[in-house]
Amino acid sequence: MARYVTSKLLYTLLSLFILITATFFLMKAIPGDPFMSEKEVPASIRARLEAQYGLDKPLMTQYVNYLGNIVQGDLGISMKKLNQEVSHIIGQTFGVSLRLGLIAVVVSTIVGVALGLLAALYHRKFIDSMVMVLAVIGIAVPSFVLASLLQYALGLKLGWFPITGLKTPLGYVLPVMALSAGPIAYIARLTRSSMLEVLHADYIKTAKAKGLKWPAILWKHVIRNGILPVVTYVGPMTANVITGSVVVERIFGIGGIGKVFVESISNRDYTMIMGITLFYGIILMLARFITDIVYVLVDPRIKLTSGKEG
Amino acid sequence: MKKKSWMLLLTLVLVIGTVLAGCGSADEKTTTDTGTKTETGTTDEGTAAEPAADANLAADQTLRLNLSAEPPTLDPAQAQDSQANTALRFMYEGLATIGEDGQPKEGAAESWEVSEDGLTYTFKMRQGATWSNGDPVTANDFVYAWERALSPETVPAPVYAYQLYYIKGAEEFNTGKTKDFSSVGVKAVDENTLEVTLTNPTPYFLGLTSFYTYYPVHKATVEAGEAWATDPATMVTNGPFTLTTWTPGSELSWTKNDKYWDAANIKLTNVTATVVNSGATETASYQGGEIDYAGAPTGEIPTDQIQPLSEQLKDEFKLTDIASTYYYEFNTKEKPFNNAKIRKAFAMAIDRQSLIDNVTKAGQTPAYGFVPTSIAGLNNQSFRDEHPDSEYFKEDTAQAKTLLEEGMKEEGYTTLPPITLLYNTSENHQKLALAVADMWKNNLGVEIQTKNEEWSVFLESRKTGNFQVARAGWSADYNDPMTYMDMFVSGGGNNNTGYADKAYDALIDGAYKGGNDPEKRMQDMAAAEKLLIQDNMVIMPVYYYTQASLTKPYLKGVTTDFSGAINFTRAYLEEH
Amino acid sequence: MSNENKLNKQPLPALTAADFESVNVNERESEVIKRESLTAWRDTWERLRSNKVAMSGLVALVVIIIASIFGPWIAYWVHGYDYQTNDLMATNQKPSALHWFGTDDLGRDMFVRTWSGARISLIVGVAAALIDLLIGVIYGGIMGYFGGRVDTIMNKFSEILYAIPYLLVTILLLVVFKPSLGTIILALTITGWINMSWIVRGEIMKLKNREYVLASRSMGAGTGRLLFRHLLPNASGPIIVTLTLSVPNAIFAESFLSFLGLGVQAPISSLGSMVENALTGWMFYPWRMLFPAILISVIMLAFNLLGDGLRDALDPSLKNK
Repeated sequence: MARYVTSKLLYTLLSLFILITATFFLMKAIPGDPFMSEKEVPASIRARLEAQYGLDKPLMTQYVNYLGNIVQGDLGISMKKLNQEVSHIIGQTFGVSLRLGLIAVVVSTIVGVALGLLAALYHRKFIDSMVMVLAVIGIAVPSFVLASLLQYALGLKLGWFPITGLKTPLGYVLPVMALSAGPIAYIARLTRSSMLEVLHADYIKTAKAKGLKWPAILWKHVIRNGILPVVTYVGPMTANVITGSVVVERIFGIGGIGKVFVESISNRDYTMIMGITLFYGIILMLARFITDIVYVLVDPRIKLTSGKEG
Repeated sequence: MKKKSWMLLLTLVLVIGTVLAGCGSADEKTTTDTGTKTETGTTDEGTAAEPAADANLAADQTLRLNLSAEPPTLDPAQAQDSQANTALRFMYEGLATIGEDGQPKEGAAESWEVSEDGLTYTFKMRQGATWSNGDPVTANDFVYAWERALSPETVPAPVYAYQLYYIKGAEEFNTGKTKDFSSVGVKAVDENTLEVTLTNPTPYFLGLTSFYTYYPVHKATVEAGEAWATDPATMVTNGPFTLTTWTPGSELSWTKNDKYWDAANIKLTNVTATVVNSGATETASYQGGEIDYAGAPTGEIPTDQIQPLSEQLKDEFKLTDIASTYYYEFNTKEKPFNNAKIRKAFAMAIDRQSLIDNVTKAGQTPAYGFVPTSIAGLNNQSFRDEHPDSEYFKEDTAQAKTLLEEGMKEEGYTTLPPITLLYNTSENHQKLALAVADMWKNNLGVEIQTKNEEWSVFLESRKTGNFQVARAGWSADYNDPMTYMDMFVSGGGNNNTGYADKAYDALIDGAYKGGNDPEKRMQDMAAAEKLLIQDNMVIMPVYYYTQASLTKPYLKGVTTDFSGAINFTRAYLEEH
Repeated sequence: MSNENKLNKQPLPALTAADFESVNVNERESEVIKRESLTAWRDTWERLRSNKVAMSGLVALVVIIIASIFGPWIAYWVHGYDYQTNDLMATNQKPSALHWFGTDDLGRDMFVRTWSGARISLIVGVAAALIDLLIGVIYGGIMGYFGGRVDTIMNKFSEILYAIPYLLVTILLLVVFKPSLGTIILALTITGWINMSWIVRGEIMKLKNREYVLASRSMGAGTGRLLFRHLLPNASGPIIVTLTLSVPNAIFAESFLSFLGLGVQAPISSLGSMVENALTGWMFYPWRMLFPAILISVIMLAFNLLGDGLRDALDPSLKNK
């Protein structure tokens, strides 16, 4: 296992390096720079700004300098949010997105698996159809529509929840609903589909025949075997959700990292783009790594290190 | 039951609000069906004068606002956007401020004198004006702040340093031609006297001193650390409020500065501003009672909601003329718009009033010139009133067709080359572009493609001349036609049209230097505008902007200046 | 279990000779295949056809496709409307005999726009989903099947691609390519397949050590046969779920890209962008959002029903149930 983890770690470092490189040159390839606005910056001031941020140097020099800073753990200073450390902004805004995102992940996993399981157990019965209709609505209504509808109906018209902000615990309700509706639907469908497969598998019949109690069958066999696609999905989804949904953050006025990231791209805030991309990359790879480990825990037949011999 | 009593309360509030608003709305005129709009740049917000009685004031004087974007910085030297403008106005005060009548009035300076030649301004500092830590505000603070904004050593280089170029030697110092700050026309004669020398007589200079680039900064604070402008704990300011919290991306808040010299007239005790950049959310949170003011300039009311809201919330909805122009610019180097007749044909072939009534819907004024209605001309008249833009050209489909045919003949076209109208990604720009393209198609019988681009890509396309006709907008930096007219000089940084005209350049140069003959100066600029539009149609004006806003009936004393910039510092909340 | 107990308690009846009968089976006959031999596809289709719910989904889809082809023509014949001509005198009108679905903010007929928008959305959604399926299944299949270093490297590559800011990629595409349907499908599939590949990888990793796979392999089945005859059909459940979900994802992602200027250029529109445009004023002009949104949901529902049926029909373990 130790060897497995070490080699994974090396691969991850290499991937991050490639990610940084690719993003850096991609970012420089697209038109625009941090100093553009409707009112053109006078040439002499622009030249000084470029010199101060090192943007007047050849591209390769800029790249090498940036890598050097990264290795020393320095993400630099934002070019748009003046005098603010990129790492500081990430820290501040990620905390907000993380809290909101984790709640949404937990809610959507529990509700999604429960609904999916119900649907599978009552296959082709009323409950099944209800769950599937809900799932279709959950998927067919995109988060930006759902968020506005929820905000208008539950926030403005009924006044049950705050319209914006996360200042009170109640403030979390609408954003969490908007964030988890899609994943709930997705997870419910994945669960239903894979549980159905498991329920029809021979070992379940065997277990039944052996006289195993139904809850035990459900837990030991059905859920364990049927949860894998859910695990595959929840891993990257967690990475996605905790790194902030621009749409939901924008509509509910939440100061999360998703909003900052999109703003930094439209502002061409180079240091900010790189910092958040790197940060996002680490989270994604971590989430995928954990997913793989969970695979093994859930289904011991899966061997991660083995190649063809299995 | 609950709902009923709530409605009753609302009605009561509305009635009171209307009655009170009646007092000060003498010069409000009903214009279009989309509500009322004020005719001048400055507006009264109900009672502009002192509140009738203190008994009317609400116990909790906390103003709740929304900013559609977070100010990127709260350093006056570095700021360059309207959100920072609103935020900084709470925290700082320049030599002059803009009064309710739109004229500069005494701020951090108690009085001033202007020399005969209009070049030297002598400001007397206000006695008793202090920083929020108790230090007196002195002439040296201004010298320090302006030197800092201009110095090539300042990191990052302040973009708006050019707003100080009116001062003698400022440009040379900023661009590094001189290293010696004493050659710049700013001098603290003593603690209480600031002497400013200008390059040219500049009639609008006093107004400029109320602009954020001219704000003073507290030397000890600035020198304490680079990140001073991000930390409320250490920030020392001289305005009516001090920054108390700044949660990145979510909220800013201010509290009243008791050390402010005019603290007695500041009624608000707290101000909070959320950061939500969705117009629909903003109006929802306004209607839900979470904020007291919604819409421009701090936020936005979505176009689709303007008309319904102006009917539903008649007494709270307001349209204000502001100094911004929406126009399409032609690339005069690119076919087919290298021909003036073709440009004119396109400009004449749309129906601006119909676009305003049916597409933009915010009671804008159709534009046939470049300088918007709220920019002052001579003696505080509107420049537009003195030089009506209706003389430049008229919408006329038949004549447009003739001009197009003539132009095509001159260029030797049998059919026009394919034309693409470029705009930047935004729902409003898209709607207008589609409507205009449709009018061109119907009225001129030409095929038009529309194309949208992401903001920076769009700016790059426009800058490099990679367009035929593109959307553009320009907002005033100061209250003078020059803020518009100097844009199209040959090779000007913001002149993307390729237009280069010696006659035009000469007129603008004359107006620059002719500050002592205001009449001739205005004539020169009007002549330049005539060249730009009537003779050459380098740009095709569409409308002069308005800004739509919603103000709770109990919120009073909010003022807006000619440019649309808003001032909440003297606002107060009535019992509600 | 309870049944068994009951049986056990009853006394068994005595057996007589009559209860026995000699088995008279023609051994040759038992080897004859009675059921017509069906190809895998034919078999699937037969089973799909017998599934009424799935067939109703298919019928709905066909109806929508036909309507999206002929709907705009009908409105043109009846009233002379097309998708792009503005009528500024008739903006934001409620549905009426004249405008069946009302009009939008430029006075364009919503009926025509909804159906011509459905055309774009269907093309984009289906094309993107199919390309995602193709790439995702092959890539994910290879990762999961081979494991080891191949898996690590391919997996890392997909993660890198996934982590590169999508907006940057899109802006670059915007600069390099002319806006068109092709560009938008390219932009959607550049990272769209990754999710599918991860799902497939997980499934294959789970299935590849199952007994029937081992058996098949020991009988000399090659990689291709193992993958396409055994592994993928058994993974069809999650694959089809992911596929049916990637259709609406693509439909909405398209509206985002169109808004950036990458997709079809206005005045041509899609269902997604119509919903998005209507969003800020839906409380005042609900019909501008309602009709395209309902159509998207119906398309979704149809795809899901069809997908479910397809899954049932494809899955070997559900055969004869």
